[in-house]
Amino acid sequence: MKVKQISVFLENKSGRLADVTRTLGREKINIRALSIADTTDFGILRLIVNQPEKASSVLREEGFMVSETEVIAVEVADRPGGLAYVLEILGEAGINIEYLYAFIGKASDEALVIFRVEDCDGAMCALRAKNIKVLDGHEASAL
Amino acid sequence: MIWDKEIEAIGRDELQSVQFERLKQVINNVYDFVPFYRELFDSEGVHPEDLKTLSDLAKFPFTTKDALRDNYPFGLFAKPMKEIVRLHASSGTTGKPIVVGYTKNDLEVWSGLIARIASMAGVTHDDIAQICFSYGLFTGGFGLHYGLEKIGATVVPASVGNTEKQIMLIQDFKATVLVCTPSYALYMAEVAKDMGIDPRTLPLKTGLFGAEPWTENMRAQIEERLSLNATDNYGLSEIMGPGVAGECLVRSGLHINEDHFLVEVIDPETGNVLPDGSEGELVFTTLTKEGFPVIRYRTKDISVINRERCVCGRTTARMRKVTGRTDDMLIICGVNVFPSQIESVLMEVEEAAPHYLIVVDKKKGYLDDLEVHVELNREKFTGSFRDLAAVEKKICTKLANVLTVKARVKLVEPKSLERTMGKAVRVIDRRNQ
Repeated sequence: MKVKQISVFLENKSGRLADVTRTLGREKINIRALSIADTTDFGILRLIVNQPEKASSVLREEGFMVSETEVIAVEVADRPGGLAYVLEILGEAGINIEYLYAFIGKASDEALVIFRVEDCDGAMCALRAKNIKVLDGHEASAL
Repeated sequence: MIWDKEIEAIGRDELQSVQFERLKQVINNVYDFVPFYRELFDSEGVHPEDLKTLSDLAKFPFTTKDALRDNYPFGLFAKPMKEIVRLHASSGTTGKPIVVGYTKNDLEVWSGLIARIASMAGVTHDDIAQICFSYGLFTGGFGLHYGLEKIGATVVPASVGNTEKQIMLIQDFKATVLVCTPSYALYMAEVAKDMGIDPRTLPLKTGLFGAEPWTENMRAQIEERLSLNATDNYGLSEIMGPGVAGECLVRSGLHINEDHFLVEVIDPETGNVLPDGSEGELVFTTLTKEGFPVIRYRTKDISVINRERCVCGRTTARMRKVTGRTDDMLIICGVNVFPSQIESVLMEVEEAAPHYLIVVDKKKGYLDDLEVHVELNREKFTGSFRDLAAVEKKICTKLANVLTVKARVKLVEPKSLERTMGKAVRVIDRRNQ
């Protein structure tokens, strides 16, 4: 099972990011991972939260433009070369990575990285075949 | 120097009798050869015979830009195509341009009119004139070109773009006359400075500036920075192109070539003709055009007419510099842009909502800069950065194709643009602030 990521379109004007986090805080939704990609005019905020469906619906009610995407959460050894090893596996399997970012919390001694790839199933297969742990949605939300 | 003294300094009575004879002919001509005008006159209950004096023209209906658009491309031509030797076009309010056609005689008249306005500005056969208008469907380049040749000036058809090279040509060819939009003249001064050239040392003496409205303040800046005599001229492709009116060195309004264009000023609300000296919308009737005659064309340009004799010796009516418009047309870098054109582009892009805001500003204080804020369609948001970049690029490309000027696109959140009483504020023009 994959992890549900929420993408929010943000105009580049002051206070928009604060509006998102305030809304989530009010609804007692916890942010587990986030990243922002931006140009000079707009940005896209990507979130992993403990209650993705609720988060989407409350943000939509507040007028935000939101979409849901499936991503995978991968345990990466927290030592030099750890990420390189995972990327090598994905590269060999011919999996194209759109973007990735790190988790805020930690599951164990391992680091957690969120991958957005074109072929989620293919990526999970390739990683699991090499004994790399890929978290399911419940595990990621529960962190 | 007065190019055509016999006409330009003619007595008012004599001019009016020339105008009346020509007006009778053009009214008859369009009634006989342009079905649109026959139907229009018939439906309004007027007949060419109702024209007994010049002021009877007020009984005839107006021609609007919509009529020009509806008859795209050649519906209003009064001559068969074998007699049309040139086509030009300007932007319409939607995707299709307004097309105009010229006979050989029209081109001959046109170059004569340009010769008049260039002479008014002080240009002679001793001058070297660099034309930095685009040579194409736009009437500016070719229009000025043949008139300046007629005077005997040396013409440098530099066209648009590559400003460094333009400045090099001015320096090396010793150009004394600059033909372009006023904003481009200021931009040139800036680029010259960046090249380490003091723009005041360029050989330019006279500027023939047009294709966009500009203020006295801008004139002072151009003259200060380029050390030349900046003159204004007026025209629109629906009527002829440049050459409808031009400024003499007295600088007390633009002399209208009244023997070819009959001018009226109307109240834009009621359509009533206003007396001289009143501010209103300019309405032109072509008196000699063969290929594309137009009766009472509503320009939507706001001005005032003064028919007193000018200190320069000319007797033709003078129009005040155009200061505004009755519609929402914008002039960006000399190109007419209608908000409706932008709307029609957005209607074709499903990722965008048809809500937009046009922001026009002066980049570095000189060059027009067009930015379009576009609301996104919530339903089509994928969360992918690449998809949004593609949407932005798609809109940019379509806008450039339709508007023929570059626009920057800023994607904004759904429902973020202001809506007032259902009708949004569509345009913010910061250029004159």
